[in-house]
Amino acid sequence: MKSTILAGALLAFATATSVHAQAIKLADVAELSGGGATVGTNWKNGIDLAIEEINAKGGVLGRKLEVTHADSQSNPGVARAQVQKALDAEPYVLLGPGYSGSVKVTAPLAAEAGIAQIMGGEAAELTQAGNKFLFRTSFGQQSSMPKVAKYIHDEMKAKSVAVVWVNNDFGRGGRDVVVKELDRLGSKVVADLSTEAGQADFAADVGKIKAANPDAVFVYLNEEESARILKELKRQGVTAPLMGETTLIGQKVIELAGDAANGARGHVGLTTDAPVDLIKAFREKFSKKYNYVPDHNGLKGYLAVYMVKATTEKMGKVDPKKFADTLHGLTIKAADEPGILMDVTFSDTGDIDRQSFLVEVVEGKQVVKQVLPKVK
Amino acid sequence: MSNLFDLLVAGLATGAIYALVAVGFTLLWQTSQTINFAQGEFVMLPAFLMLAAMHVGAPFWLAIILGILLSMILLGLAFKLLLVDPMMRHGVLPLAIATMALAIGIKEAVKQFFSAEASPFPSIVPTGDVSILGHAVSLQSIGVLVVAILAVFGLTALLNRTSLGHQMQAAAQNPTVARIIGVPVERMILLTFLINAFLVALASLLITPIYLAKFSSGEVLGQAAFIAAIVGGFNQVRGAIAGGLLIGVLDNLAAAYVSTQYRAAVPMIFLIAVILFRPQGLLGRAEERTV
Repeated sequence: MKSTILAGALLAFATATSVHAQAIKLADVAELSGGGATVGTNWKNGIDLAIEEINAKGGVLGRKLEVTHADSQSNPGVARAQVQKALDAEPYVLLGPGYSGSVKVTAPLAAEAGIAQIMGGEAAELTQAGNKFLFRTSFGQQSSMPKVAKYIHDEMKAKSVAVVWVNNDFGRGGRDVVVKELDRLGSKVVADLSTEAGQADFAADVGKIKAANPDAVFVYLNEEESARILKELKRQGVTAPLMGETTLIGQKVIELAGDAANGARGHVGLTTDAPVDLIKAFREKFSKKYNYVPDHNGLKGYLAVYMVKATTEKMGKVDPKKFADTLHGLTIKAADEPGILMDVTFSDTGDIDRQSFLVEVVEGKQVVKQVLPKVK
Repeated sequence: MSNLFDLLVAGLATGAIYALVAVGFTLLWQTSQTINFAQGEFVMLPAFLMLAAMHVGAPFWLAIILGILLSMILLGLAFKLLLVDPMMRHGVLPLAIATMALAIGIKEAVKQFFSAEASPFPSIVPTGDVSILGHAVSLQSIGVLVVAILAVFGLTALLNRTSLGHQMQAAAQNPTVARIIGVPVERMILLTFLINAFLVALASLLITPIYLAKFSSGEVLGQAAFIAAIVGGFNQVRGAIAGGLLIGVLDNLAAAYVSTQYRAAVPMIFLIAVILFRPQGLLGRAEERTV
C-alpha cells in the first residue's frame, strides 16, 4: 500500500516537472488595483502582448513563455507578500512591480533568492544599493535628470532656474540630481521650492517663482499637482518656459490643466508617440488588442519580456542563475531583436542607456520636438 | 511689494471660499448645535454631482442648477432628516462623530462611483487678467471674490432685513421663546440646513476649477473652514467671514514668507493663540449654554 502511494506521488511529480520543463515560467507582481491601477494594468497588458507574440513565433529557444500575474494593490506591504509567494514558485525571472516604493521593499527578496527582477520603478536610489539582480525598463532619475539639466542649459539658454519639487522620495531624488547638474553646467538655481504631495493651492509658490524671475522653471511634481501649478502659473502670468519630466506633460496633466499645459516641455524616456517605426507598430498592435492607447507603462511591460528573450538567447540556455550576469553590460540592438524597440545598453547596476525624447505640449497634444541620443 | 499684492489677492480669493464654508459651520451650530465634520466633503460632492449631470449630456449652466438643487436635497434635507434628527437626541458628541463617519462615507462613495483620480472642472469665470493699480490680477480670483462677497451680503441681508431672517435668528437664539411667539422653529432649522447646502455648492463651483474635482479635496477645505469658524467666532456669521479671509491670507503669506513645509502649521498656531487668549473667537461673543 505504502509503495503504491509512493509510486503514485513519484509519477505525479515526474509528470508535473516534465510539463513545466517545457514552459519558461515568469512571475509578474503589479499594481492591478488601487491608486496605481493604470500603471499596473498597462504593464500587465504589455507583458501579455509580448508573450503572445513570442509564443506565436515558437517561444524562446523552442520553449513557450508562461506568466502568472499577482496584484500588489498598489501597496508595498502586499507587494512584498505577493513577491515572496511568486518567488516560492521559483520563476525564471520576476517582473514588476511598477511603483518605486514597492520595488524598494521587494528587491532584497528577489536578490536573496538569486532571481533577476525586471521592474518599472524610476527612483534613483533603487539601483544604487548594490543589488546585483535588479534591472530597470526605463530611465532612473540619475540617467534622465542630467539630460534635463543639459537641455535647460544648452537649449533653453537659461542662466537662472526655479526648481519646484514635491517633498517625497520621488521629488527629492529628482531635485537633488537636477540641482547638482545645473550647478555643474553653470545655471544658477534662484528658487528651490519644495511642495507637499496632494497640495491644492500653489498661489504662494508661484508668487515666489514670479519674484525670483527665472529664465526657466523646472517642475517636478506628481500629475495632479503638476496640473494645478500649471493653472496657477498661467493665472499669475508667469511667462518663463517650463521644463519637466513625463509627469509635467503626460496625457492626464493635459486633460486636467487644459490650456495651461500648452508650451510646457518635458523629457520623456518612453512614449508611444515617439517617431520610431517599431514603437508605432507596437502602439497599433496594443490598441488593436486592448482597445485603448497604452501609456509608457505598457511599453515597459512589453520591453521587460523582450529583455528576458534577448538575454536568454544570448546565453543559449535557460539558466536563472546566470541571467543577471548576462544582462549586465549587455547591448541589445533593435535590428537584431525588434521587440526591444530601440537600441539599449544595460549598465553593471541594472540602469539603462537609451535614446529619449523632448516633448512639448502644443494645442493640447504631445509633440515630440527632439530625439535626445544615448549618453554613451 | 508686487509679490505681496499678488499674495494678498490670491489669499483673499481662497479666504472668501473658506468664509462661505465657515459660515455654513456657524449656521448649523447656531440653529441645531451641529458640528458638521463632513463640511469639507459637502464642498467636494456638488462638483461631482455637476460633473455627473454633464456626463449624461446636460450643458454646464443646467448642470450647475441641477448640482445646486441636488446638493440642497442631499446635503440639506436628507442630511437633516436622516442623520442629524435621529442622532441629535443622543447629544452633540455622537452627532459630531456621525458626521465624521459621513465624511468617510461620502469620500469612499465618490471614489467608488467616479475614480480615485482627479477630474478637470470648467470655470464659471473666464481666464485672463485685468490690471488693478498696475498689477495684473486674474479674472478668476476676482470672480471668486465677487461671487463669495455677494453670497455673504445676500445672506446677511436675509438674516437682518427680512422677517424670515429675524425668525431664523429667534429660532437660533432661544428656540423655546421663539416657539411660544409662533416662530416655526423646525422649519427655520431646516432652512439653515438648506442655506448651508447652497453655500457649500457655491463654494464647490468656485473652488473646484482651481483645486480639481477629487474625492479627497474636501479634507483641506473642511479643516481650513473649521479653523476659520473658530478663529472668527463660532456663533457669529460675520466672525466666520472674517476668519475665512484671515486664514486664506495667513496661509498664503506663511507659505511665501515662513516656509512651504510649515504653511499648514501657521493657521493652527494662530488657532491655538486665539483659543488661549480669546476663546470666543475674534468677533464672537462669550456665551454660556445650559447643559
